[in-house]
Amino acid sequence: MPPPPSRLSRRALLSGLVSLAAATALPPLGALAQRPPPLAREVPAIGERLPLVGLGSWITFNVGDDPVLLEECTAVMAQFFAMGGRMIDSSPMYGSSQATIGHGLGKLDALDRVYAADKIWTSRPGHGPAQVEASRRHWGVPRFDLLQVHNLVAWEANLSTLLAMKAAGEVRHVGITTSHGRRHDTIERIMRDAPLDFVQLTYNVVDREAERRLLPLAREKGIGVIVNRPFRQGRLTERLAGEPLPEWATEIGAGSWAQFILKFIISHPAVSCAIPATTRVDHVRENMAAASTPLPDDALRRRMADHVRAL
Amino acid sequence: MIGMSEWLSYRPADFLMFSPRVYERLFELHNQALWPLQPLALMLGGAMLFALLRPRPWSARLVAALLAVGWVFVAWAFLWQRYVPINWGIRYVIPLFVLQALLLIALGVPKGGLDLPRRWGVRRALGVVLFVHALALHPLMALVTGRGLLGAEVLGLTPDPLAIATLGVAAMISRGPCGWALLVIPALWCLVSGITLATLGIPGAWPPLLAVGLALLARGWPRDAPTA
Repeated sequence: MPPPPSRLSRRALLSGLVSLAAATALPPLGALAQRPPPLAREVPAIGERLPLVGLGSWITFNVGDDPVLLEECTAVMAQFFAMGGRMIDSSPMYGSSQATIGHGLGKLDALDRVYAADKIWTSRPGHGPAQVEASRRHWGVPRFDLLQVHNLVAWEANLSTLLAMKAAGEVRHVGITTSHGRRHDTIERIMRDAPLDFVQLTYNVVDREAERRLLPLAREKGIGVIVNRPFRQGRLTERLAGEPLPEWATEIGAGSWAQFILKFIISHPAVSCAIPATTRVDHVRENMAAASTPLPDDALRRRMADHVRAL
Repeated sequence: MIGMSEWLSYRPADFLMFSPRVYERLFELHNQALWPLQPLALMLGGAMLFALLRPRPWSARLVAALLAVGWVFVAWAFLWQRYVPINWGIRYVIPLFVLQALLLIALGVPKGGLDLPRRWGVRRALGVVLFVHALALHPLMALVTGRGLLGAEVLGLTPDPLAIATLGVAAMISRGPCGWALLVIPALWCLVSGITLATLGIPGAWPPLLAVGLALLARGWPRDAPTA
């Protein structure tokens, strides 16, 4: 008996077309082979090297079940992995971002390439393990590489949960997060007292509060530092867009303001990974290319900060 | 504990979880999924407008019942199925939509519950203006703002025109307590929606905000003196 004719739905057709478009947007394999891998730095607390640029998912990957936008996000992830990226960061607070990442990981068969970083975000401590399990299912990973207490929500209980999960082998690494420069006193106290692998905070060429205490303390304790909001959610690059790059930006290989800012961030020796978020393949390419030599030295970093402040 | 100073350091944009493009595509996907319900919804809206302009003894009950169905349908089809996946906070709004439907049924469906005005005055005029905007002009905002008709927000299928239409009815009905009771939830939704649109930078934030102002103005307007 002949097989029944298959019906091609509009959704499947759209999805296929966008996937095809995404695939053709990727650089040829030969070019990828010649490209050096992104700069990586060892995180003493975990004894592993991670590429200095990762991928955030706040807002950008919260696309619901929109088939077109899901495939665009998959194309972003494809470019990220093609250029050697590893860390993708999300949270149960980010709407459908976790499911979007899971969609992309499944389509790209990239479970072995991703360093899966997520968060625990609940004020009900007993709810933590169930939330982590729901997040894990969204991602489709066997376990997370890193789980962090999101913005210090119920941090005592949630950090205790995560440390117990780490001891049981249910997660490899644990950390805490803050953003916008908030609650650095509490972050510092936890960094001193708790066996953290990572701390996540906001740091860029204009938000430099972390340089005073948190970044030196992270170096001293060997704690990895993940940097969120590198572009202030795009507002920093928008503000600088009308200004010409200084001629001396070529000394550090920065071809755009985004690369200028990223190179400033990742050149701090305490920083392990910056996690810019984007919906655009060309921006991933630009961001990942920033994880390359040369990086600015201390003198040039001061010059970069002074220059942006003066604009 | 988060202190007051920390809360004050947040800006409206810090609470936005999605991009303007994702928000606009919600309506495109919603319209694609519901087609051809849009003409039916517009016809029912037209029937409600006719009932408001030429009130009969059953008109208020018809309007209240259709609006109640709209609030429940929008809560399920738009808020729960489309909006909650990208904005978890909307989960807490859904019970308010159901409560608004229950209020419409409790206050409007029993005989003599709502009293639609038969004579023209400021309240009725403002109420009709709001309803006409919700029915006929609000869907066309999609054209003005560059979204195209596929992104049109249709009365009865999406929350903003439904809330604006309900504000119009609440503004014009004669019994003050009922009017105020039916006004609160649509006004709150319009404020949230207007602030969301303004924060996203999407054109079209002003109609829901202006609708709240007009409804409050109408409700606060002295009762129109009966004419012989």
